Amino acid sequence: MSMTPTERPEAPKVEPTGPEPHLVKPYGDAMGDGAVQVSFSLPVPLSDESREAARRLAGKMGLTEPQVYHEADLGHGFSYFIVYGKCRHTVDIARIVVPRVAAAPMGFHEIDEFISHRLGRKVRVIGACTGSDAHTVGIDAIMNMKGFAGEYGLERYTNVETLNLGSQVPNDVLLAKALEFRADVVLVSQVVTQKDVHLTNLAELVDMVEAEGIRDRVLMICGGPRITHEVALELGLDAGFGPGTTPTRVASYFAQELERRWKAAGGAPVTR
Amino acid sequence: MEPKLDLDPEAIRRCRKAAGAVAESVLRFASERTTASIERATLRLIGVEGADADGVPLVNRVVDCDAAKSILPSGISLAFGKAMVATGLDASGTARAVADGKLDLGKAVAGEDEARERVAALARAAGGRVAAVAAARNAFLDRLGEGRRPLLYVIVASGNIYEDVVQAKVCVKAGAQVIAVIRSTAQSLLDYIPEGATTEGYGGTFATQANFRVMRTALDEVSEEAGRYVRLCNYASGLCMPEMASLGRMERLDVMLNDALYGILFRDINMQRTLTDQAFSRLVSAAGGIIINTGEDNYLTTADAREAAHTVLASQFINEAIALRCGLRPWQLGLGHAMQMNPNDEDMFLLEVAQAQMAREIFPESPLKYMPPTKFMTGNIFRGHVQDALFSLASVMTGQGIHLLGMMTEAMHTPHIHDRYLALEATRMVMTAARNLSEEMCWKPDGKVRHRAAEVLARATDMLEQVEAEGLFAALEKGRFADVARSPKGGRGLKGVHAKSKGYWNPVEDVLRDAVALPGRSE
Repeated sequence: MSMTPTERPEAPKVEPTGPEPHLVKPYGDAMGDGAVQVSFSLPVPLSDESREAARRLAGKMGLTEPQVYHEADLGHGFSYFIVYGKCRHTVDIARIVVPRVAAAPMGFHEIDEFISHRLGRKVRVIGACTGSDAHTVGIDAIMNMKGFAGEYGLERYTNVETLNLGSQVPNDVLLAKALEFRADVVLVSQVVTQKDVHLTNLAELVDMVEAEGIRDRVLMICGGPRITHEVALELGLDAGFGPGTTPTRVASYFAQELERRWKAAGGAPVTR
Repeated sequence: MEPKLDLDPEAIRRCRKAAGAVAESVLRFASERTTASIERATLRLIGVEGADADGVPLVNRVVDCDAAKSILPSGISLAFGKAMVATGLDASGTARAVADGKLDLGKAVAGEDEARERVAALARAAGGRVAAVAAARNAFLDRLGEGRRPLLYVIVASGNIYEDVVQAKVCVKAGAQVIAVIRSTAQSLLDYIPEGATTEGYGGTFATQANFRVMRTALDEVSEEAGRYVRLCNYASGLCMPEMASLGRMERLDVMLNDALYGILFRDINMQRTLTDQAFSRLVSAAGGIIINTGEDNYLTTADAREAAHTVLASQFINEAIALRCGLRPWQLGLGHAMQMNPNDEDMFLLEVAQAQMAREIFPESPLKYMPPTKFMTGNIFRGHVQDALFSLASVMTGQGIHLLGMMTEAMHTPHIHDRYLALEATRMVMTAARNLSEEMCWKPDGKVRHRAAEVLARATDMLEQVEAEGLFAALEKGRFADVARSPKGGRGLKGVHAKSKGYWNPVEDVLRDAVALPGRSE
């Protein structure tokens, strides 16, 4: 293990490959060519004018030499375009800091042992897909016995007690069940959402947990395709995981974070 | 299609026998019960329309009124008939009087014979109206046809029914043959049907009678333009399953998703409630000429597609057995299955083709509903487009009936207008290119495809006989489907289930059963 659990990973290092090592722009087949492809529909019928409109729009997106390579008439007043161009912008990657979950990665057995030796009791994890979201694929990937991407889910861990509430769980139900279950960790999944309802849902849950006076006793974690750690922190949760997250990443985090908190507090919280 | 897999007929016979026993036990259970939603559907079919000032449907106001508690075990029909006679109003007017508190449903004084005759006449009229709707569909199909199968099925889900119409028209131009309006995500858990045309929804558009009508009217127009009849699909599922089926029948929906097992497993709807609701809703769909789509394809979203393929087949047998006993014909059964194996696994395509071909041969007259990859779709739209192409190839070479188009942006957002266009373009290309592939090929004896099909069938046989022995409720309790366990008293909606009393009377059900040549039930 190369990092201690609380150490923040460094920003990614960029190898100097171009004339200005810290400035990056898209690469097609020559350094600095800025090659970009975009495709979109316009709410106007296909015509020479709409094709030209598509080309000019690409120009306004910051692409030089925009070329429409394909167009189609979708009918009923819509047209579709595939456009290539050269991006004129660059980004200074050396100045970018992306907040990320700070936890040393551990394996399945390692986590179970870590909990048993360092935490001294089983960790209780409750999970749910909240609000109107009916897609349990994310929460199942983390919690189900079978797990995801070749890793066992939390249900398989000897030292993790789990309760997966499934889909479309209202926040008040999740909170009530979390209290009843005396959860140490609350996992919330938000997969398919519209009009940013997942943000409202999560913020509401945080408010409810705070109002209940137990915010410092539970670790609140969210996950989903539109979730980042930064978003999670902004909403007042403790951690956020994006798509492709495997169970060990989540478990490594909560095991180490609980250890840190419980140590600081002089032991595991007394549960009601 | 010529059989290619040499499937064991004895295994298939055993599966049908076990599934038949399961179905009979479930339907016996259902026949002894009614639900709030069945009674509301009954009221809708005899003509109750509209909502109160707060938007609560009148059928809910009637069925939820204080007096109804003691009335529902005998069915709402007689008490409502008495109320109609007492008020002298039509069905909606009577319901409004009950909702306004002008009439106590428990105290309406009227002769029983007159009340029965009043409702029975409305039930007969409803039967006639519904037959006319089915006849209108058949006239369209006779005149325009609907194009080749598999029928290309795409979803619209903007949340705004008028926006959905625009997208649907664009889809039809690109070749779509079935338009499904996806519901707002939590609608299956609502114990009422919202009223009116709607322009706001989450992850989909509310299913309402008005929205059904808006879309059907639009599709009739584009059907004429396209020179082929375009089918409309929505959901007869969730807590309002029987009412949705009823509205679907009245508004000429052609395809409806209808599967109690899906609701139990994935929406945590109480099994007693939804299996009872399902029996009634299938009866409604049967005489309406509606194709039902079943949802066993979803098992593979939680369970592993290689390991759990037999559970899909077992569920298809159970769905078939229940449906046939509710009066549906084999051509109305869009039995569900899906391509959900990991696309990186060697020979996954062979295994998927084995499953699809097997289903085709076991249910030769049913328009199988084939679902595209979702579980292993990533944000890599280019890879996703290829996965969908493999799916289209499997579909056309195994003669599927209803082909749900995979979207390259699956798992990202509800499809953009060009996502559907590109999907339709690619699917049509693959299907045209491989249209008659199946006729030119046979599968090797002792090869992987035949082995896989035989193995899945054998495991489904074992499973069905086990489910027969323990009963469907117990099987669901043990998590035999989709790795999800549910208890008979758990989930949503149990409160709305009522054991029928001896004098239960439902003239609408009698008319429906008569229309599909099933014996009547009322005393």
